Amino acid sequence: MTRISANRLTPYMFIAPAALVMLIALFYPIAYMIWGSFRDWDPSQTIGETDFVGLANYARLLRDPAFHESFWVTLVFAFTVVSVEMVLGVGLALLLDRNIRGMSVLRTLFILPMMIAPVVVGLIWRYMFHQTYGTFNRFLEALGLPTVDWLGQNALLSVIIADIWQWTPFIFILSLAALQSLPRSALEAARIDGATGWQQIIYIKLPLMMPVLIVTMLLRLIDAFKVLEVILVLTGGGPGLQTEILALRIARTAREFRELGEAAAMSNYLLMLLMVLTLGMFAFTRWQEARARRLRFTQEEEG
Amino acid sequence: MAAPTHDRQNPAFFALIAVLIFMSVGPVLLLLANSLKLDVDITSGAGGLLFMPTIRNYETALCDILWYQPEHLRFCQIRFGGAFINSIIIALVSTALTLIMGTMAAYALVRFRFMGRDSLSLSTLAVRMIPPAVLLVPVFGLWNNAFCLDRDGLVGGMIREIFGGRGDVCLAGTHSGIILIYVAMNLPFVIWILQSFIVQVPYSLEEAARVDGAGPFQTFFLVVLPLIKPGLAAAAIFTFRIAWNEYLLASALADRNTMTVPILIVNNASEFDGLGTIFATGMLLAIPPILFTLFASRQIITGMTAGAVKG
Repeated sequence: MTRISANRLTPYMFIAPAALVMLIALFYPIAYMIWGSFRDWDPSQTIGETDFVGLANYARLLRDPAFHESFWVTLVFAFTVVSVEMVLGVGLALLLDRNIRGMSVLRTLFILPMMIAPVVVGLIWRYMFHQTYGTFNRFLEALGLPTVDWLGQNALLSVIIADIWQWTPFIFILSLAALQSLPRSALEAARIDGATGWQQIIYIKLPLMMPVLIVTMLLRLIDAFKVLEVILVLTGGGPGLQTEILALRIARTAREFRELGEAAAMSNYLLMLLMVLTLGMFAFTRWQEARARRLRFTQEEEG
Repeated sequence: MAAPTHDRQNPAFFALIAVLIFMSVGPVLLLLANSLKLDVDITSGAGGLLFMPTIRNYETALCDILWYQPEHLRFCQIRFGGAFINSIIIALVSTALTLIMGTMAAYALVRFRFMGRDSLSLSTLAVRMIPPAVLLVPVFGLWNNAFCLDRDGLVGGMIREIFGGRGDVCLAGTHSGIILIYVAMNLPFVIWILQSFIVQVPYSLEEAARVDGAGPFQTFFLVVLPLIKPGLAAAAIFTFRIAWNEYLLASALADRNTMTVPILIVNNASEFDGLGTIFATGMLLAIPPILFTLFASRQIITGMTAGAVKG
């Protein structure tokens, strides 16, 4: 009897520490935030002392032009960054999917930008973008070209460039892995049938890579909404609100304007947006699995 | 026709690879070069790559933990050394805790059928998407108010008697407060990655261990853990990286004595003088990730592809 109950308890004993920590420090805070978003909440108050204001925080945000601006900036940033990185990353992977010397060095060193602290990435790029002594402007000057006011007039573009530098390797490495796990037989058959390089890419490689590419893209998109430190160090959200993405605005609303309720409501908007993306990813992988199972089933029927 | 290991290719590909390597490493080399220059040389750009390297910036940054007094400093004004010690403590402890808890949970999710398994595995997946910025408000509120022990209470009073200080005993401003949120933040990711490694461990091995009389915990620690070392390495690197690099939550929780290095960099990045010192600090912060990249890139790539492709 005791032995049976011990067995039944075993999985829970393995799960308990992780579940407890996540419950206390992840799920409870999220619930707390959702509750707090309905309240008029100042950092000096405990949540029990605050007044319930219903949906006032949400409504205020919907009317707030600064929130619109930063929501728009976030969307523009995330979608631009992801589409450029996808094109570059997949393109490079297709181009370099061959047995060349130096490839392993590239794959090793290409991870470097992702591993370094975003704060440090911001620091480096801030120096390189600097108006007078920055690397880019000095280079332009040496060529006799007019210099560019990177972080002033082209702030969003500069931030996007820095992010592309940091995250294109992610997509490159994942799509390269996908490419190299493609069934050789299909490619072989296409080559024997006389398909040109482009035809192989468009009709064989890309369709076969598609499941991995879509998951990669969604993962990267979700991550693009988390970017904060690079932009904070590069521009601090400015000039004006040009680069103030939502994550940054949440931090400022909480710290500088001391409106915790409003910041919580804003966090919820961001969370809802990401929830839609995540659900999309779930639905896609489920659909993919179901399709794979159906294919296997029909193959077995025929075979 | 072809070399035994590498195919003969158009030299344009070598050029492309060289350019890509230069692009990914160049900015980091720039950081290294600037951290070894004097402030005047950084802003004037004199000398370019030909300059006398100096470790003065590093001495300035770390002056509070150096065993000697750097001669160019009259007194130690910037105290970054303490922040490095904080960063190391927080990153190491949270990595160790996350790994232990995460492996156990991942093992249970893979090997056992039990009530609540599906919803648990689904919710770990779902919380992966939560950005740190979303946790800022609740963590700030909870760690300062709800997760406090009354100083007059039993446990709180004991802690206050031992460590001193005034007011209630709160998680905010302590190493443990920051470690707690990092562990919670990293757990879903670690569980997700490790699941794909544990699935590959043949079940027969575990059964053999059980037949020989090992309990579930013995089987786990002595049979399963050694077999998933590559997965553990990947998970450890990713967790360490996040805990070591994170800025936002640490800045909300840390006080003067528990500050981590990213906070110092953000706070001092906008000051014009001391540019070299900031670069030196940034370089020091970048060293562990650089070492991981050079020595464990295979594990990192495996972990990345396991996380995305098999998701």
